Amino acid sequence: MFADYSWTELGSIFAMQGFAGLILFSVFVLMALGLAIIFGQMGVINMAHGEFMILGAYVTYLCSNIVETYIPSLFGIYFFFAMALAFVAAGALGALVEWSLIRHLYKRPLDTLLATWGLSLILQQAYRSIFGAREVGVSLPNWLLGSVPLTDIIEIPINGIFVMVLTLVIAIGVYFILFRSRMGMQTRAVVQNRVMAGAVGINTEKVDRHTFALGCGIAGIAGSAFTMIGSTGPTAGQLYIVDTFLIVVFGGAASLLGTIASSFAISQAQSTMEFFLSGSMAKVLTLLTVVGILMLRPEGLFSLKIRR
Amino acid sequence: MKRLKDLIDHRLSRRSVLSGTAAAAMLATASTFAPAFADDVNTTGLAVTDDTVKVGILHSVTGTMAISETGSVQAEKLAIEQINAMGGVLGRKIEYIQEDGASDWPTFAEKAKKLLVNDKVAAVFGCWTSASRKAVLPVFEQYNGMLYYPTFYEGLEQSPNVIYTGQEATQQIIAGIDWVAKEKGAKSFYLLGSDYIWPRTSNKIARKHIEKLGLKVVGEEYYPLGHTQFNSVINKIKLKKPDVIYAIVVGGSNVAFYKQLKAAGIDMTKEKPLLLTISVTEDEIRGIGGENIEGAYAAMKYFQSLDNENNAEFVKSFKEMWGDDIVIGDVTQAAYLGPWLWKAAVEKAGSFDIDKVRLASPGIELTTAPEGYVRVHENHHLWSKTRIGLAKPDGQYELVYETTDLMEPDPFPEGYQ
Repeated sequence: MFADYSWTELGSIFAMQGFAGLILFSVFVLMALGLAIIFGQMGVINMAHGEFMILGAYVTYLCSNIVETYIPSLFGIYFFFAMALAFVAAGALGALVEWSLIRHLYKRPLDTLLATWGLSLILQQAYRSIFGAREVGVSLPNWLLGSVPLTDIIEIPINGIFVMVLTLVIAIGVYFILFRSRMGMQTRAVVQNRVMAGAVGINTEKVDRHTFALGCGIAGIAGSAFTMIGSTGPTAGQLYIVDTFLIVVFGGAASLLGTIASSFAISQAQSTMEFFLSGSMAKVLTLLTVVGILMLRPEGLFSLKIRR
Repeated sequence: MKRLKDLIDHRLSRRSVLSGTAAAAMLATASTFAPAFADDVNTTGLAVTDDTVKVGILHSVTGTMAISETGSVQAEKLAIEQINAMGGVLGRKIEYIQEDGASDWPTFAEKAKKLLVNDKVAAVFGCWTSASRKAVLPVFEQYNGMLYYPTFYEGLEQSPNVIYTGQEATQQIIAGIDWVAKEKGAKSFYLLGSDYIWPRTSNKIARKHIEKLGLKVVGEEYYPLGHTQFNSVINKIKLKKPDVIYAIVVGGSNVAFYKQLKAAGIDMTKEKPLLLTISVTEDEIRGIGGENIEGAYAAMKYFQSLDNENNAEFVKSFKEMWGDDIVIGDVTQAAYLGPWLWKAAVEKAGSFDIDKVRLASPGIELTTAPEGYVRVHENHHLWSKTRIGLAKPDGQYELVYETTDLMEPDPFPEGYQ
């Protein structure tokens, strides 16, 4: 299939394809990080994860409209405020949901699945009533659009670079929060032994709320960033939820490193196969491989070794 | 097993059941609305009184398809309001009963049955996806209803109980490909679509026509519905360097596809490659963003920007009823035709009876259609012109070409039966 092309062309295409894989990897990590925190650290299956992402997207949409109408001079950099606001809004909603719904269901994991599924339907209909059933268009500053041409064929999409940098920043941020801060230490303590953590004076309810809010907030940032590459509509969150769960489960639920490794494996497999096969076939093969590996390693790629 | 048997019994006794219900309904009507009893405009017990007639509107206003179907509901309500303002149909005001298909195909079938059996509506305007149409089709055929279906679709269907007011695949595809081949000198095509029946059938028709013209298809790809990552296929397109990207991507994927195409440095305004789509109307552009699709071409029968008196009037009344910031796409206009075509058929037949309306339908013409002139073909599809529009950054299409003649609908093109 490559006979018709020159070596430079092939080299360029493989470079581009590698880059496409890296962008997909960043997108997956960004999608899955929030869910991994909630699922991995708290054991809550949050089916409304996609809707928290879309909340972030709608916040971005509102920001872009407000800034464009009232303070157009700041339009070039509004995206950073929008992401911060998306984090706050999704985090606040997350805290509210945890307080009103999730905390009553901690001992009933299957019920949280149903409750958050219901929540996702409620949120979808709420978006539909507020913003209308049609998709909305988020206008972006010009510097985020287009690409940087390196050679004739190799062109690097700017929004791809932006997502990659953002993912890196957030991953490092999450690492510091969970492994280098007081809050993170408390969170890990609660995960390891809730009763004992409570006994040494950690307010476990507060820790739960903060963890849940953090996960939702990161989903909000992800949704905000995805306005650059995807659609913003009441049900757009559903487009992400399957891939997100796949990544978290494949990576091993309790391990953030696993989430990153599984994002990398799935994104590279997917983008390489998409290049050689058709899109639908690539998806089928990726899913089959994941199912196969999960049959051999039900606990996922990375798992905590626990003596039982 | 029992279900099956019931179904067969039901089918066998359809005629007797129908006349039975009709008689019962007439008895019921007789006691309350004595004049309607003798009325010969309605011999089968439809919900018609001396001054009203009931019709159904069946679209999704909740769920994932609400994005697309909202426009159709608005257009149908506008047409009904206008018809009523003109004095209604056969002197009767139209009252509509709206049901929500909720983007769920079994729900569509259930609601269709409710409209036909309980409400006894004289016509139904509704459905959007082919899946929902396929789900209601047996219901309409069993209970002998009349459905006006607005969406452009893949063809390969012709039911006595459906009038298709959108274009079927050959009408949309052939004119578009002829145009890029002749006017733009296109030699090679890359076919791309979402993975389900409409894009696949359409691309099959497109490929056949492209090869008939002696041109080349250099790639054909399908992505699952809802797919959001198109970087790999964009790289393949860059490698193959086709003259035309022929895109039939739908739904949320559309937004991702055009944003990523632009981000990957494919500037459609340079027409190298040129992009031709049959799935992006003005409605979809709102989600995609005009700046992301500027320079693409679309082949369909209607654009909001069409410059004629009918359309100016239509756009004005649509905005008066539904707000200034609304956009009108191809399907919305086709949905608007439904009530008007039905009115014309009923008046030609002089009766609301489904069988008489069906017989009267072929040959019905509308000179007041926003798209211009349309006529109903014997195969229940519409003769209509196909037009090419160029996407502008403000989210509207600029008309660059229209066929001189009406395109004949051909739902069963050779080689597809």
